[in-house]
Amino acid sequence: MLPIKQGQAAIAMVCVVLGVMLAVQFRTTQDIKASVPYQRVEDLSQQLSKVEKEREALLSEVYALRTATGTEATNRELQRVKMGAGLLPVEGPGVIVTIDDSKRPAKPGENANLYLIHDDDILKVINELRAAGAEAISINDQRLIASSEIRCAGPTLSVNNTRYSPPYEISAIGEPKTLESALKLRGGVIETLQFWGIQVGVKKQDLVKIPAYKGVMQFQYAKPVQEGK
Amino acid sequence: MTLPIVGLLLGVIIGLTFPINVPFEYAKFMSVALLASLDSVFGGLRAGIEEKFDNTVFITGFFTNALMAAGLVYIGERLGIDLYYVALLAFGLRIFQNLAIIRRYFLKK
Repeated sequence: MLPIKQGQAAIAMVCVVLGVMLAVQFRTTQDIKASVPYQRVEDLSQQLSKVEKEREALLSEVYALRTATGTEATNRELQRVKMGAGLLPVEGPGVIVTIDDSKRPAKPGENANLYLIHDDDILKVINELRAAGAEAISINDQRLIASSEIRCAGPTLSVNNTRYSPPYEISAIGEPKTLESALKLRGGVIETLQFWGIQVGVKKQDLVKIPAYKGVMQFQYAKPVQEGK
Repeated sequence: MTLPIVGLLLGVIIGLTFPINVPFEYAKFMSVALLASLDSVFGGLRAGIEEKFDNTVFITGFFTNALMAAGLVYIGERLGIDLYYVALLAFGLRIFQNLAIIRRYFLKK
């Protein structure tokens, strides 16, 4: 072995420091390789906001075009189908349900999730409204159509691929009394939610306005069945 | 020779077990400081073989070299002079020189 005649102890001590530095540097280099380069993040977020603006503009254009053709069409059948599909804004008597997270603080050791609104709470309310004969339903100005999703997206709720945070406002058109009593049933949806302190309010209204579905309907896989084959 | 290697291994283990992290912005300075330290260690090894080793010179050299190198690169970055590459070149040259001398002693023996 190489004879080091002097300073073994000093060199060893310095080597400890060197080793720590090596390890830290190694890890930092790994981290840098693993992460998206800093500038790229800014670039991407700028692109995102640009594309979002474009999307907004296109959506309003689609909506304008759709309503323009809708008024021209005198066909009542088309009108009815469009109403059913949620492509026409509608109004009529109904209820407005507002739901907000619980103000009650979670007790220590208790899961705070219990006091937050989840997608299944909203789904239960929607289901109850539909069972009570609601003809059109919207959540925070998003018309619910056959393919609408209601899903937790982190702390927010995604409806028609648009995200909302609490409070949520569910509007439904239908017989106001039936809708209200369906929700306020003993042991029903509202009672269950209120047990966890979630704030639910039901208001009967003579005139509820529900907007049309503003998105695009795409059928990539589904094709109409050819009859008589 | 065993003692410095044991020290190096110990240092690596400490560095890997403790969650010490350097922010990305300072990774450059850290790498220059690391190179300066490497240079000091090789210099120390060489001095140890040549029996010219001086404890104070070695220890102070180690820390001042590392800190000064990082500091100079920082100042250079502020002024728009890329001292980073200068430091890399200077320390790299010295490391290879020292390595060559150590190798020669090793072969002579």
